[in-house]
Amino acid sequence: MLAFLLTLMLLLGIVIVLAYAERKVAAFMQDRMGPTEAGPYGSLQSVLDVLKLLQKEDIVPAAADKKLFKLAPILIFAAVFAGFAVIPFTPDLIPAGIGIGVFYLLAIISLDVVGLLMAGWGSNNKYAMLGAMRSVAQIVSYEIPAGLAILSVVMICQSLDFQEISYQQGILLNRFSGLEFETNWLFGIEALGINTTNIGGITTWNIFRAPILLVAFVIYFIASLAESNRAPFDIPEAESELVAGFHVEYSGFRFAVLFLAEYSMMVLVSLVAVILFLGSWNTPLPNLTALKFANWTTGTVGELSGILWGGFWLLSKTFVLLFLQLQIRWTYPRLRVDQLMHLCWKVLTPVALGIVLLAGIWRLLMV
Amino acid sequence: MEKSSVQHKTGFWEVVKSLLSGLRLTWRHFRNADKRRAPVPVMDENYFNQPEGLVTLTYPYEAIPVPENGRYRLHNEIDDCIVCDLCAKICPVNCITIESVKATEEIGMTSDGTKKRLYAPVFDIDMAKCCYCGLCTTVCPTDCLTMTPVYDFAEVDIKNMIYHFTDLTPEQAEEKKQLLAKQQEEMAAAKAAALAARKQQG
Ligand code: SF4
Ligand code: SF4
Repeated sequence: MLAFLLTLMLLLGIVIVLAYAERKVAAFMQDRMGPTEAGPYGSLQSVLDVLKLLQKEDIVPAAADKKLFKLAPILIFAAVFAGFAVIPFTPDLIPAGIGIGVFYLLAIISLDVVGLLMAGWGSNNKYAMLGAMRSVAQIVSYEIPAGLAILSVVMICQSLDFQEISYQQGILLNRFSGLEFETNWLFGIEALGINTTNIGGITTWNIFRAPILLVAFVIYFIASLAESNRAPFDIPEAESELVAGFHVEYSGFRFAVLFLAEYSMMVLVSLVAVILFLGSWNTPLPNLTALKFANWTTGTVGELSGILWGGFWLLSKTFVLLFLQLQIRWTYPRLRVDQLMHLCWKVLTPVALGIVLLAGIWRLLMV
Repeated sequence: MEKSSVQHKTGFWEVVKSLLSGLRLTWRHFRNADKRRAPVPVMDENYFNQPEGLVTLTYPYEAIPVPENGRYRLHNEIDDCIVCDLCAKICPVNCITIESVKATEEIGMTSDGTKKRLYAPVFDIDMAKCCYCGLCTTVCPTDCLTMTPVYDFAEVDIKNMIYHFTDLTPEQAEEKKQLLAKQQEEMAAAKAAALAARKQQG
C-alpha cells in the first residue's frame, strides 16, 4: 500500500513537471514564451490546469455506452500504472520485485489497448471510433518490434527480472544474489580480456556490454513513441483531423485521467528504455584507476546515499529521454497510416528479428 | 532552378541525415530561447535584423512603440478650437458632432493667434465609428485636432467610445445661450428703435 501511494505521488509529480516542460519546450522550439502568468515563469500552470479540469462538469454523451464510457479511463490508467509496479527505482527499492518483471510489464501494458477501444466505442462518436481503431492497430503492431528489442536484451542478460538486469549494468554486479561470480567484459567479449566489472559506469551499460543493443535501443525508442501515441506517430489523436481521437468526448475528471495515463505511458516507456539499455540506476561515470567516479556516485546500497544516487541517475536519464520525446514531437510531422505500418512491418520488425539473432550469437561470445 | 535541388533524395543515410538536421534546427531554437527580441519600433534600423530568440511580446507589460505619424486615437485641444465645423463636414463617417453658440464678446485667442468667437457646448467624437482616416486633422485650421499614439482604448460599453471634448458644463452652455439670446433681443430692439426713428425722420 505504501509503495502504491509513493509511486502514485512520484508519478503525479513527474507528470506535472512533464506537462509543464512540454509546453515550455514546445514554446521555446517555436520561438514563443509558453506559460508566463501562473507562478514564476508560469511554473504553476499545469497544477492549475489539473485543478481546472477537476472542477469541470463530467459530461457523458446521451448516446454513449455509459458503462464502457465511464470505465475506460480508469482501465487505461490502471493498465499503465500497473506497469510501474516492477520498475526498480534504486538498487533496493522496487514496488514489487517479481522474477518475471519484463514479461509482466509487456502483458499488463497491452491491456491499455482494451481500454482505448472501450473509450472509442463507448463514446459513440465517429472520430473517437476512428481514433481508437487507429491507436489499437498502431499499438498492437508496434508491440512486435518493441517486444523483439526487449527480447534481445533479455537474451543478453539472461533474465526477466528488471532488478537483475539493473545490477548487471554497473559496479554492483556481484552484490546481486546469484551473480556473485559474474564478470563484465568490455563489449561483452571475453576474448578482448578487458575486465570492466570494477570500472562500471557507462562501460557496463547494456548498449556498451553488447553494442548490438544500440540498434535495439533505437528500434525500441521508435516503437515506444508509437506505443504512447506520441508524434510523429500521433495519428490516433491527430488533433487537426480527428479532433482528439478516442478522448474527444471526455471532459473533467475523466479527461484528466486519460491525460495522466498518456503522460504516464511516456514516463513508463522511457523508464523501461533507461533500465534495459541505458544502465538503469547506475552512474554513467566509470572508475578510472585512482579516480573512483563510479564508487563516489553510487553511494552505499541499503543506505540513504544509495537510494538518492540511484533515484537521481534513473530519473535524470529518464528526463533526457523524455526531452528527446518532446523534441521529436515538435520537430517531425505526423506520419500517414500506411507509412506508419510500412515502418513497423517492413523495416523495424525484420531488423529487430535480425537483432534478436545477433544478440543470441553475442551472448555465446560473452560466456 | 537546378535539377539537383529538386531531385528526390532517397536512401537510408539521406533519411537519417534529414532527420538529424530537423533535430538540429529545433535544438538551435531551444538553445536561443534565453534571448528575446527587443521591442524596438519599426523605425529602428535593427527592426528586421533580429533573427534569434523568442519573438513573443508580453503585451500589456511591454509594447512596440508606434511611429509618430501613426493614426490612432484623436484628441482635441478645445482651448485652441475655433469651432469652425470643418472637421465635422469633412468626416466621411460623420462621427464628429458639433453644436456651436456664438459668443457675445470675443472669448480670447488660440495659441496660434486666431480669435475665438464661438462656444462649443457639444463637441463629441465617436471613436467607435471613426475610421482613423485623419482627414479631420488635416483640415483643422488651428491644428488643435490631432492623433495621439494611444491605440489600446477598448471599452465594455460602446457608449464610452464617444469622447466629449467640450469644456462647458451644461449650465454654462445654457447661460451662454441665454446671453446670446438676450444680446440678440437687445440688438433687435435697437434695430427696431433705429428703424422707427428713421421712419419718423422720413
Ligand atoms: S479620422 Fe476620419 S473618420 Fe475619424 S473623425 Fe477624423 S475625419 Fe472622421
Ligand atoms: S476643424 Fe479644428 S478648429 Fe475647426 S471645429 Fe474642428 S477641431 Fe475645431
